[in-house]
Amino acid sequence: MAEAPLLSVEDLATWFDEDERVVRAVDGLSFEVRRGETVGIVGESGSGKSVTSLSVMGLVPRPPGRIVAGRVVFDGQDLLQLGDDAMRRIRGRRIAMVFQDPMTALNPFLRISTQMTEVTRLHLGHSRADARAHAIRMLETVGIPDAEGRIDDYPHQFSGGMRQRVMISMALSCRPELLIADEPTTALDVTIQAQILELVSQLKADTGTSVVLITHDLGVVAGMADRILVMYAGRLFESAPTRELFARPANPYTRGLLLSVPNPLQAKGAELYQIPGLPPDLAETTAGCAFAPRCERAEAVCRSTPPPLVRLTAERESRCHFASELFQAP
Amino acid sequence: MLRFILRRLFVTVPMVLVVVSLTWGLIRLAPGNFYTGEKPIPPAIEQNLRQRYGLDRPWYVQYGRMLGSVAAGDFGISLHYIGQPVNGILASALPVSALLGALSYLLALVVGVAAGVLAALRQNSRLDYASMTAAMVGISLPNFVLGPVLVLVFALSWYWLPPARWNGFGINLILPVVTLSAVYMAYVARLARSGMLEVLRSNYIRTARAKGLPERTVLLRHAVRGGLLPVVSFSGPALAFLITGAVVVERIFALPGLGNYFINANLNRDEPLIIGIVAFTSIAVLVFNLLVDVAYAFVDPRVRY
Ligand SMILES: Nc1ncnc2c1ncn2[C@@H]1O[C@H](COP(=O)(O)OP(=O)(O)OP(=O)(O)O)[C@@H](O)[C@H]1O
Ligand code: SF4
Ligand SMILES: [Mg+2]
Repeated sequence: MAEAPLLSVEDLATWFDEDERVVRAVDGLSFEVRRGETVGIVGESGSGKSVTSLSVMGLVPRPPGRIVAGRVVFDGQDLLQLGDDAMRRIRGRRIAMVFQDPMTALNPFLRISTQMTEVTRLHLGHSRADARAHAIRMLETVGIPDAEGRIDDYPHQFSGGMRQRVMISMALSCRPELLIADEPTTALDVTIQAQILELVSQLKADTGTSVVLITHDLGVVAGMADRILVMYAGRLFESAPTRELFARPANPYTRGLLLSVPNPLQAKGAELYQIPGLPPDLAETTAGCAFAPRCERAEAVCRSTPPPLVRLTAERESRCHFASELFQAP
Repeated sequence: MLRFILRRLFVTVPMVLVVVSLTWGLIRLAPGNFYTGEKPIPPAIEQNLRQRYGLDRPWYVQYGRMLGSVAAGDFGISLHYIGQPVNGILASALPVSALLGALSYLLALVVGVAAGVLAALRQNSRLDYASMTAAMVGISLPNFVLGPVLVLVFALSWYWLPPARWNGFGINLILPVVTLSAVYMAYVARLARSGMLEVLRSNYIRTARAKGLPERTVLLRHAVRGGLLPVVSFSGPALAFLITGAVVVERIFALPGLGNYFINANLNRDEPLIIGIVAFTSIAVLVFNLLVDVAYAFVDPRVRY
């Protein structure tokens, strides 16, 4: 029996009430994150990646959102059953989060020092002076030059990349066991992106924190994640160790995503593949596979019967009627 | 910042000049004169009066004298309150108006902010609907209706409060303050509500919650500043409106404030007093707006002048 996972999401369903409709943003999602592991979650826009992370954090806005089913087991306890106070003691201390847009994720009215020290004063019981010293150390760790001189600046005095570094140092300041990064680099320049990702992997190596890295860019997770989860329409479509997923995708959707990653070896100007069509309306339940209208491999059964999540190996799953075939004969 | 303040103080000068000039022109356009009453007066006396107050001089001499009085800050002698210096009237009326205005705005801030913030926290609750309906009524009800209604109910029917009479600062201020404050209370409540709603949905509040901060800290440390910024910016225009409102309210409740004197001065064509009140209030409005802008920069660190 392997070590119990740090995080185990079981059959999670998070829906949003929208006028007369119900948007099933996440619908029956299960996955695990082990200690020290980096898990990448990829999928097109609207596939439910952010809603998944907010559900784990207990931050789904309610209303309109509600978690209708499932468990989020973190270190043995179901977070969905925890009271507000108990959940607050976990947020920011044991599970921390970095959001997509560093320009708006920090409070523009408060000094960086205030925003950094309030976390450790709250969770670690730091004194004012300790918290400040700790915050300066954290800022130095993430490579903010002259951290001591800049800690009393306001967010708008930092560039986007620097703000994301501040966010990361703030998230890591209580040494959380799990760091959820929701598109931490999407809003940044390409060169800054690489620096931030490098920083995350380095910090992860230093602290042993588990990381959930959310992105719609397979290129980003390729170099960082141990395992990748592919989401589509609020469901898990494939999960596999990173190398295997790239070498032998066992799901038509994953294949489509892989084909649309820019290949540096490809001739410049060559047209990039794009999965035809658009993701489905999540308020409408389909009889068959949610991907069927866009899938090149689709057959009659795909439109009538929802595909099961097929376990291919101990480490791999794929949601497709033809999962085993695809896995065996790529 | 200092340069900004100096520059703003500097532009105050031409603005006040324009305001008093317009006022002066309008007085001249209005029919009648300070000595014209119901009974016609003999031409000889009229001649005397015109000479005595310099009305026989060419208009530019009179205009120049008026500007001189504004520049010197000494507005001369009232034409109606015979022998009384305008500055003395201003000094006696100002505390009344200032107190009325300050109490009204304070009440509007306290009640408006509380109602607006609570409504935002309990969006779409009964409390939200109730306070927003009250705000709607507050905005649509003119003070010259609200004032008499309040008097009728609280003073003339229930005998709880004195209707109208000035006997120093006290309980007799309650009805005027409530009357004057109602509209601003309503505006502040609506501004506070929409400001808070917007901020509570913002990314940085989500970050604050993700840090595990208690809801109280999220609200008081993280949300209130940005959420109440619209209320701060409203304080500038609010003062200008308060002044107009005070004219009506002081009249209704017979308070000896600037507004009441202003109406009398206009009815009496009491030029020095009109110019004095206009010059004084326009300077007050401009300076107060400057203070609001300075306060804004303190609340929002992104604002730099
Ligand atoms: N606050 C909300 N109210 C209503 N619907 C919501 C809300 N948040 C998310 N949704 C819905 O949930 C679905 C999934 O959204 P989510 O943000 O998780 O997608 P995502 O995978 O993170 O996409 P992206 O790559 O664009 O960030 C979307 O269809 C969206 O309309
Ligand atoms: S089940 Fe059918 S439609 Fe869905 S991914 Fe597999 S082949 Fe495509
Ligand atoms: Mg997202």
